[in-house]
Amino acid sequence: MTKPADAFDDIPGTVLFDGEKLRQGYQLNKFLSSLVEADNRKTFKSNQAEYLTKFTMSEQQRDAVLKRDWPGMLELGGNIFCMTKLAILDGTPFQQVNAIMSGMSMKEYEDMMNAGGRPMQGIRSKKESNIG
Amino acid sequence: MQGVAPCRVFDQKRNRTLAEIVAGLCTSHVPLLGRVIDGGRTDEPYWQPIFKGYEPVKKWLAEVKPDVMIVIYNDHANGFSFKYTPTFAIGCADEFNPADEGAGARHVPVVPGHARLAWHITESLVLDQFDMTIMNEMDVDHGLTVPLSLVCGQPEVWPCKVIPICVNVIQYPQPTAARCYALGKAIRKAVKSFDEDLKVVIVGTGGMSHQIHGARSGLINQEFDNAFLDKLTTSPAELAQISHAEYVREVGAEGAEIIMWLTMRGALDDEVDVLHRFYHVPAMNTAVGNIVMQNAKSQKITA
Ligand SMILES: [Fe+2]
Repeated sequence: MTKPADAFDDIPGTVLFDGEKLRQGYQLNKFLSSLVEADNRKTFKSNQAEYLTKFTMSEQQRDAVLKRDWPGMLELGGNIFCMTKLAILDGTPFQQVNAIMSGMSMKEYEDMMNAGGRPMQGIRSKKESNIG
Repeated sequence: MQGVAPCRVFDQKRNRTLAEIVAGLCTSHVPLLGRVIDGGRTDEPYWQPIFKGYEPVKKWLAEVKPDVMIVIYNDHANGFSFKYTPTFAIGCADEFNPADEGAGARHVPVVPGHARLAWHITESLVLDQFDMTIMNEMDVDHGLTVPLSLVCGQPEVWPCKVIPICVNVIQYPQPTAARCYALGKAIRKAVKSFDEDLKVVIVGTGGMSHQIHGARSGLINQEFDNAFLDKLTTSPAELAQISHAEYVREVGAEGAEIIMWLTMRGALDDEVDVLHRFYHVPAMNTAVGNIVMQNAKSQKITA
């Protein structure tokens, strides 16, 4: 059983990193995780596309990495904790990644967080939600 | 909570004090807090209220002076890749290096282990039906080192030994809240049967509410977090019955790691006294909290 209980399906705007996601994103995450080693960071920085050929990921996944398409990586099986390595390497604040993923400007996102975070109203259940 | 320190149990028959979990604390393990500490920025107006909320914990811990801290934490694809995902892993080595998480390892002391107690706990847990993964080499990430910095500050060497217990809360299937709670009870039993005079503090880490991916990024649920802190004190068994889906719904996919706090709670008595409690929103994307408690029956010493 790789799919968690149906109760998860009702939660909007959330990707459950389950067995299916693990299998879909395995090579993508293997690449992202490789960036915890300094030598790999150096090699990747010197030629990004070439470094990616070491991992048997899909064309789409490779593209998403090179374009820094964060929602795309997530969609294609990227694990959020693996993705932090790439953001750190680029010097991209993670709030920016979060802003992009939730369709907000950095300013809007920062203001929302400083005002106490994303309110719970309308984000508990797909039945009451407009965020998908 | 001025000058309150737990008193140890003296075993009349054996004429000595036994190994015992004397208290527990829980704290968030937000990686950014580690970077703020390392960068000497804790006095900045944005961060200062958070670190102020840790001052009483630091003071209390310095008075308690534990020999060992058992730290329940999770790895975030740093010490482990997805090549292996142990559900529960225990660090049995003499020391653990801080992990490189993408920008070089944190400049904090190497984490000293307590191999003999760790092996004893492992043996007791496995015989008690908790099939632990035994780690003889393991790098520890912010999930463990940030809590150490928050409660111990920036010493040259960490003031006590540490037994890391790593829980998989990033890949489904994950252990349930009930299982994490039961693990705490089993750890308590294991420590109690250890043949050496040791003062142990158990630490739960992670949370509080936050989600850092997808359209729900930025979720904060103050109401649930505060109710969680209440129930962690009075009725933890109730929290142990909550499903993964409900935790994810209420505290976010990443905030659901808060179930690790239940392991700390399971290791204490049903009746506890809360010595300190703190809650703050936000630390960038996350609600930050901490709580310190000890068994209600334990005698309090004014230091
Ligand atoms: Fe965590």
